[in-house]
Order: sequence, then C-alpha cells, then structure tokens
Amino acid sequence: MTELTLVQAVNRGLFEAMRSDPDVLVLGEDVGVNGGVFRATEGLLKEFGEERVIDTPLSETGIVGAAIGMALYGLKPVAEIQFVDFIYPAFDQIVSELAKFRYRSGGQYPCHVVIRSPYGGGIKGGLYHSQSPEAYFAHTSGLKVIVPSNPADAKGLLLTAIHDEDPVLFLEPKRIYRAVTGEVPDGDHRVPFGLASTVREGSDVSVFAYGAMVHVAAQAVDALATEGIHAELIDLRSLVPLDEKALLASVEKTGRAVIVHEAPRFCGFGAELAAIIAEKALYSLKAPVVRVTGYDTPFPYALEHLYLPNMERVAHAIRKTAQAA
Amino acid sequence: MTESETELVPLPYDAAHLVALVGDDWGERLLGAYRWMILGRTLDARMLGLQRQGRIGFYGPATGQEAVTVGAWLVSRPEDWIFPGLREQLLALARGHSLDAYLHHLFANDQDPARGRQMPCHPTAREIHYVSMSSVIGTQISQAVGMAYAARSKRASSVAFAFFGDGATSSNDFHAGMNLAGVQRLPVVFCCTNNQWAISVPVDRQSAVAHLSMKATAYGMPGATVDGTDIVAVYAALAPAAERARRGEGPTMLEFVLFRMTPHSSSDDPSRYQARDWMDRARAHDPVRRLEGLLETLGQLDAGQKAGIARDADLEVRRAISVAEVVPPPSPESLLQDVLAPSAGTGAATGRG
Repeated sequence: MTELTLVQAVNRGLFEAMRSDPDVLVLGEDVGVNGGVFRATEGLLKEFGEERVIDTPLSETGIVGAAIGMALYGLKPVAEIQFVDFIYPAFDQIVSELAKFRYRSGGQYPCHVVIRSPYGGGIKGGLYHSQSPEAYFAHTSGLKVIVPSNPADAKGLLLTAIHDEDPVLFLEPKRIYRAVTGEVPDGDHRVPFGLASTVREGSDVSVFAYGAMVHVAAQAVDALATEGIHAELIDLRSLVPLDEKALLASVEKTGRAVIVHEAPRFCGFGAELAAIIAEKALYSLKAPVVRVTGYDTPFPYALEHLYLPNMERVAHAIRKTAQAA
Repeated sequence: MTESETELVPLPYDAAHLVALVGDDWGERLLGAYRWMILGRTLDARMLGLQRQGRIGFYGPATGQEAVTVGAWLVSRPEDWIFPGLREQLLALARGHSLDAYLHHLFANDQDPARGRQMPCHPTAREIHYVSMSSVIGTQISQAVGMAYAARSKRASSVAFAFFGDGATSSNDFHAGMNLAGVQRLPVVFCCTNNQWAISVPVDRQSAVAHLSMKATAYGMPGATVDGTDIVAVYAALAPAAERARRGEGPTMLEFVLFRMTPHSSSDDPSRYQARDWMDRARAHDPVRRLEGLLETLGQLDAGQKAGIARDADLEVRRAISVAEVVPPPSPESLLQDVLAPSAGTGAATGRG
C-alpha cells in the first residue's frame, strides 16, 4: 500500500500496465515530454520511450482514430484527451467507429481502446475545461463508461479498463486529482467493472453519486447523521456496465433516493437511474426521486460555485426526501 | 452521340514495357486482373438488377473503378491491411474473400460474416485483413494510420492501404490521418479514388486545388495524380509507393482519377446533376475495355477466351446468388450479440442482458 493522490494513482496504473504488457501504449497531446498537463503520464516517456509514449499532433479525431487502428492490429492503446471538453472532434470516431466495430463486423474486429480524460468542474475552468459529458457516451451502445472517485479505485479500475476486451471511456474527476489522497494497493490491483461501492451505510435515504460528487455527497451525509438522518451513500464507479442490483437493493431498503451529478439535469445520467428505479422499484418508494445536478446551462465561469452541487444543496435534498410523507 | 466521342482511349503499352514493369509473367497477371474486373462488372450489373427487383435492399456499384481495386490486388501482399472507402469490395474478393461470403453479406442473411449488421456493400473480411467499414466518410483514414503505427512497432512488414474518395479529402480524418502519417513516417499508401463526384457534388466544388494529390505536400509526403482507368499506370504508381512504405521511408498519397460509370448507389439518380456527355467521356475511359483492348492487341486474349471469361463470371455470380438467396435472415437472438465482448454478457449497452 502507498499513500497517493488520485492523479498519482492513475500514473501508477499506467506504469503497472505498461511494465506488465508490452502491447500497452499511451498517446495524446503533451503526454510525452511534458508528462501530461496534469502529470498523469509523467515519467512514462523516460521508462518506455517514444514508440510507446506518443506526443501526437493536436487532433482528437486523429488520436482516437489512430488508437482504433492500433487496437485493430492487436495493441492496447490508452489515449488521453487532454480535457474531456475537447473530445467532441473525436465523437465521430468514438460513437460511429469505436463503439460499433465489434457489432458491425459480426465480432470479427473487437476494438479495445481506453480513452482517459479529465472531466468535471471545480477548478475554475469555465465552459471548456469543466464539462461532464458522460451521458452522451453512456447512451452509446458498445462503450463502457467508468468514473473513479478515489485513488485506489482510479488505479484498480484503470487496470481493469486496460485489460478489458471492450472500449472504455475512463473519466477522471480532475477537481480531486490532488485534493483526495488514499492508500493504493501496489502491483496489479484491479477493481471489477459493474460493481458499485457503498461509501456510507444507512437506512433512511439512498444517495447515488460518482466522481467528485461522491465527496460532496459524503459531507452532506455526514452532516445529516448529526440530525439523526442516516443516509446510505453509493458510489456507482461504473456507469456502464451499471450495478443495477446495488441501485435497486438500496432503494428497496430505504424507499427514498437522491441522485447527484455535476452534469446538467435534462437527459443526464440521473434520468436513467430514476427511470430504472421507477420501472423496477416503484412500489418500494416512499417519496419522489430527487436529482441534485448542474443546471441546464453551459458550464459557467464566475458562478461555478452556484452551478455545482454543493454540500448544502445535497443535504437539503436528502433532508427533504427523508421527511417526505 | 458520334462514334468519335465514345471511342476508347487505348492503353499505349508494348510487351517490353510490361516485362520491365510487371515482370515476365505480365500476361498471366494482367489476364488474372481482367478476370477479376469482369467478375466485378458482372456482379454490379446483376446486383443492381436484384436491388431493383427488391431481392436485396441496397447496392453500391464500383463500375469504372475496377483498375484501382484490381491494381491494388496486384500490388498488395497478404500481410497488408485494407481500409476500404466505399467501392473496394472487388479487392476483398481478389484477395481471397469468398464470393459466397460476400453474397451472404449482400443478402444480409444468417451466413453473412458480419451477421447482417450492415447495409449491403459494407463487408468485413478479417481473414484477408479487410477492415470493417462504416458509412461515415474519412474515418478509416486515421485508423489506417494507427494500424500502420502498430505494425511498425511490431516490426512487421505490413503496409496499410487507405482508400477514400474525392469527397473524403474534405473530411477531418483525411487531415488528421495524413498529418500523423507524415509526422511519424508511417507505412501507409493513401489511395484517393477521385471519381469526380461526391454523390452530386463535382470535385471542383470539393476542392480548389488543381489535383487532389497536391494536398500531399502539406503533409510532407510525395503525392501523384494517376490515370485510375489505366491498370498499368495504377500498378506503376502503387508498387513503388508500397515498396517505399515497406522500406520504412514513409507514406505516399496517390490520386486515381477515374469515372463513376453508375449512380452513386441504388438510391441515386445522376440525371439530376450529371451532364449528358458524362457517360460518353466515361465510356472512353472504361478501365475494363481499356485493359481488354491492350490484352487483345498484345495477343493475350482472343474472342473465345473473352466469351469464356464473361460466361464463367456470369455462371459464378448466378450460382452464388442462388446459394445465398435461400439462406434465412440472422437469428433474432443475434440482435443483442456482439455489442460488448461475450465476457460482458449479452444484451444492451448496460451489459444487463
């Protein structure tokens, strides 16, 4: 075990994968000499050389398109999109190509690419360094979408992603790249996909969150415990595949659900969670499902603190839900 | 139309030239090329007919483009990879993808190697490194570049052949792929089949450059414009480009100028946008007739052989149709398969089955 920040854990995960498997390589903007603008790829170039750590031209569609070609040939590329806000030029490659290769070829061409990208707000990054586009990708059949919230999961889920057989979008909550530290197992630590993690056990309300919002929700849950409201906090970790069992089991236990994410509310990932609860656990509900999310606006700059769900907003939602008849 | 307008432009080669360029077995190889061209031509005619009869859902002919696909067959090696554009299916067949498998695909039946997942003329043939194509224009270009990178990193001698049309030179991935291949000096041959039309948009509305191959300069690679209806010229351009790539000297862009001799697809009506004399000019540059004329002139093909090749192609296509047409559609269960790896469980994107 080693005490690491989240971004260090990502870095250790990349080292681990590249040392154990010569087919793993990293490509993206500034990932080589500079070690990535967040230093997630620091030191990789020195140890593994230019052939496996590629500073690419500034083209996201080129990065993902090339990664697809590498994967078709049998390599295991890990592409970095410097900020997920810049992923849209590659949307065509991800949605039309990467996600559909296996299906459209009748299984002849699996296409295993990992796309890592820092996402989310809280760093005063404005519209183009703050977005949470997970719903676009979760909506696309053929992709897995993973969001760690702590260093141990970041390393463990990343190693699972790199050794998975399917394309994975790995969203790293950059707001907590350095704000969160934790013990991280050494070596080939893997956390399976499709398993949510119970962060706080409780019986009154279920709170579902992922990424940086797990920490905001935990503050709210802890604050409410002093008021006698015992909320259960579940970190989804894996949006696709989703741990539907954990989602429904918790709602069946508490009868109340609060969903927290940074992305806008309308058609956000929370809408899918609410729909699943409505379809499969409606008769367990004692109160309406409540979503605490970003607003249906572009991501702001000066008013970021108002846009992002905070401890007060989440606590208010939990309290309201707990007290609903 | 006058006779002179449709007079075939002959291929100007003599035997000595072909020995020097193709080798002593030039006659045999070009006759083989001619057989594939006739098969492609026969297939296009039959399948467009079947589409009109409602027996297949769609068809995208490649009539007029055969010199490039079959020329690439002459040049490519088994270890090379093909990233098709829209009209390279004949190259898949020539490289060894079975006609039966392709017909199963055209009928989108249960024996389609791609399990009926795509519209006709979008085959996948992994056994000959013919990559699954999408209908999106240009995306295969940067993929080919990535594959070439991977092959080089494995010290393989494989070359990536990236095919695309004139329209694709306007796409994001043309720029991204050409650029990365240039920077990394990758073993790619960029094959632009300029049939002068992107559906209804003529090439002079696609780009302001006089020759699309001029774009190669911007990416630090050699480029050339080639008569894409002259299989000998195609071979003469492709062979050194492939060898240059194999030697590790980097990519080349070749622009093959040719004529689309059919509608864009079975869903298109060119009378809305093509001038009346287009087909006259196209017929004067018919790649199949040009090669046929050369082989006849050089004594490699007589009337009897010609009829035999045409008859064989017709019989083979009819036979394959009769086999494929009676195969049932894919099973309902297959709808949910191949979304994710089997280890993820069958079913929707959530992996919930």
